[in-house]
Amino acid sequence: MTIDYISRTKAYYRALGFERDYTWANNTETPLSQPRVTLKNATVTLITTAVVEPSIPKPVRTAASYAFSEVPEHFDTSELAWDKVTTHTRDRESYFPITELKARSARGEFKALSQHFHFVPTEYSQRHTLEVDAPLILQQSLKDNVDLAILIPL
Amino acid sequence: MESAGIATVVIGSALDILLQAGTPRIVFNDLPLGNPVGKPFDRIMQHRSISAALDILYSADAPGTLVQMPHRWADDSDWQENFMAVREEDKALLTQLGIENREARRQNKAKGLFRP
Repeated sequence: MTIDYISRTKAYYRALGFERDYTWANNTETPLSQPRVTLKNATVTLITTAVVEPSIPKPVRTAASYAFSEVPEHFDTSELAWDKVTTHTRDRESYFPITELKARSARGEFKALSQHFHFVPTEYSQRHTLEVDAPLILQQSLKDNVDLAILIPL
Repeated sequence: MESAGIATVVIGSALDILLQAGTPRIVFNDLPLGNPVGKPFDRIMQHRSISAALDILYSADAPGTLVQMPHRWADDSDWQENFMAVREEDKALLTQLGIENREARRQNKAKGLFRP
């Protein structure tokens, strides 16, 4: 049995006294495009919800792009909703597998990591995600000639 | 991104949310939220998840393609009770947390800490 996270989260926020349930994204149409190049020739990017700049207050964080040469040793995950009872985030590879991806790139499995990786905030507002954050990441990814994007939400 | 020609894959653990959102390609690890790629320091598990992600980028021929990894957190599923648990004995604490949460939101708004 897998966890029904939507029901679980609704019940939790009801217990916190919130009266209106959050509405999760519900898309009936899903786009799919085939990769434009073979894996060997592909530029890969990584998109994370782990926080690079915790000094920016959570309510005003926007999507941001950072150089792959400047991946933090540890991201801030303290304000994200993950299972803090069962597990921990002390192993960066478990949510941002940069060492694994660099090794694969060095072996020639794919061409390269892109110049930037991307942070996307876990936003209450779907409007912010759709109209501000996603376009920022797309714009930078197009500049970086990204072919493949791996998204890893915590 | 897909519409702009960038193929995407999500490696994640909240399957119901990913399915409802209409995710083009999913590599699903049924693990506690926090370690979507694999258990902490389990390099083999993590390696397999990345292999699956790179494979499905090329093998998926329909939107919503899902690969479920065989990885398990533990022999039992007791851990599944932990996330956002609402236990009878915690109800007063949760009510208090909710009050604090709403107060913090109010204060943030008053300080201009919100996105337009």
